[in-house]
Amino acid sequence: MTILLGRRHVIQGFACIGVTAAMLPCCGGYWMRASAAARDFSLGEIADGIYAFAGVYELMAPANQGAICNLGLIVGNDAVALIDSGGSIKEGQEFLAAVRWITAKPIRYLINTHMHPDHIFGNAVFREAGATIVGHHNLPRALEARGSYYLQSYREQLGDELMKGIEIIPPTVLVDDRLELDLGGRSLELRAWKPAHTDNDLTVFDKATRTLFAGDLVFMSHLPTLDGSLLGWMRQMSELAAVDAARVVPGHGPASAGWPDALQPEQHYFELLAADLRKSIAAGVPLSEAVKTAGQSARDGWSLFDEFNGRNATAGYAELEWE
Amino acid sequence: MSDSSHIVRRTTLRNTAAALLLAVAAIGGFASLTRAETADAPSNETWNSLKTDVFANRPIKDNEGLISIEAPRRAQDAALVPVDIRIDPAKAPNGVKAITLIIDVNPSPVAATFKFGDNSGVTHFSTRVRVNDYSFVRAIAETQDGQLYMTETFVKASGGCSAPAVKNQDEAKATMGQMKLRQFAAKDSIDGRSPELQLMIRHPNNSGLQRDPQTQLFIPPHFIHELSVMQGDRKIFSMESGISISEDPNFRFNYHPDGKNPIRVEATDTDGNKFQDQWPLETAKL
Ligand SMILES: [Zn+2]
Ligand SMILES: [Zn+2]
Repeated sequence: MTILLGRRHVIQGFACIGVTAAMLPCCGGYWMRASAAARDFSLGEIADGIYAFAGVYELMAPANQGAICNLGLIVGNDAVALIDSGGSIKEGQEFLAAVRWITAKPIRYLINTHMHPDHIFGNAVFREAGATIVGHHNLPRALEARGSYYLQSYREQLGDELMKGIEIIPPTVLVDDRLELDLGGRSLELRAWKPAHTDNDLTVFDKATRTLFAGDLVFMSHLPTLDGSLLGWMRQMSELAAVDAARVVPGHGPASAGWPDALQPEQHYFELLAADLRKSIAAGVPLSEAVKTAGQSARDGWSLFDEFNGRNATAGYAELEWE
Repeated sequence: MSDSSHIVRRTTLRNTAAALLLAVAAIGGFASLTRAETADAPSNETWNSLKTDVFANRPIKDNEGLISIEAPRRAQDAALVPVDIRIDPAKAPNGVKAITLIIDVNPSPVAATFKFGDNSGVTHFSTRVRVNDYSFVRAIAETQDGQLYMTETFVKASGGCSAPAVKNQDEAKATMGQMKLRQFAAKDSIDGRSPELQLMIRHPNNSGLQRDPQTQLFIPPHFIHELSVMQGDRKIFSMESGISISEDPNFRFNYHPDGKNPIRVEATDTDGNKFQDQWPLETAKL
């Protein structure tokens, strides 16, 4: 059974909300979860005023409520900003409850790092909470092209219950190149990247603590997934590494990791994958054969390797054969 | 099988853009088309209701080894499924006249018809297709004497037609119509016996099966529907195709070169854009 800390202690520690269970006051002011079977939603403080939730290394499914990507909270003097909204309304609501456990300040911004359902399916919760949604200038177009497909195909994967209330809500504030947001005594630098993980990747940099929210430009432990441009991702790697951050919150991986070391595993994977593919393409090995072996030597240390490597190799081959 | 799905089947026979637009308008979603094959077990039900629409009452024989098809059992990417078709030259010494590629569950099941020139020498042909659901992928060869032979394979995929395949929209717009040709010498080719060509064309080849979220109307399809590949004035093959050929259409095939004329390619898309290019024959690669 998890013991949850009172509000005062949370500032230094973790806000753990037993999400599917009623909260019961007991044990002299501490809170306990009513059900040990309930899943925790842990929003941990990783730097001064910066909190992150770490998603599981799984595909979105009813059992994990779509909570597979990392989420963030940045607290300013006047208001807060959230990074991504989660993979379901349910997860979004739990995220909101955890935020409210930590602070009562208004949620001024919800920043979507990119188009993928695990990052945006909770958007409706924060629109209702009054947040302005911010995203890459390509995000509205990407959601227009894919939104109805996401709603349809994820219904099969997540089930009707978890899909309830999910809406595709595009951002209203767009980032062309860079944009500074102010939370009162705290300034965030948003940066729109060229096609890499997707063609609408956005990062958030908190200057005060030098924390970088990288979205899915950084994967750790969970194999990177490619839905944009392998070459674009590799080309921008050095620019990404040059961000003057002390730590990163990856899109998938631990809640926080040292920077730029956190980039190493994915860089290694891309280099191996690209080298294998280029070799096959040069030798005239067809796609169907090349994808069976490409990247396989990078397997160690990655979760979901078999789920995504073949797909990455397929997309990578189709891109690299135009070089 | 609903009435509307029959309209789809019949209109796709001509493989014209107009027919496809009508098809897309007629189905209003494709759930009814995929239902029969959503189970793991392969079913011929869809094909049985489709074959007379495509081939009238002509008898279709078992392949008898004349034609074979290969595709991954489970698609890595449903919008980019490699398909390999081979003709056994011993069984069809003069080659085949045409190959029709059919994906049972796709909203427009006839993916493409490839027609080969006399003495084209094509006995191996591969391309990449969208597969919308668990489906049979079939190749039907028409021999020089007009006989039809069929072979099939089963592919597990999902969402290949309705998912927007374009990953990088700005680049897709900027590069549309660009072509690349690779020439492989016989010794470097897949069968190791005859020279090969690989033709790549930049085109979003949009399936038209995504809905605009505001209006709920389908975004119009935009794809290459006619293609011809010639050596000089001699046809190697031509293609009439629908929405199932993947983004950036890609064809690899062996052929019989004749003389030193260049390879010429012409393509037309459903918006009426014409694309053409030509490449000198790399004689070192014959
Ligand atoms: Zn993600
Ligand atoms: Zn992503």
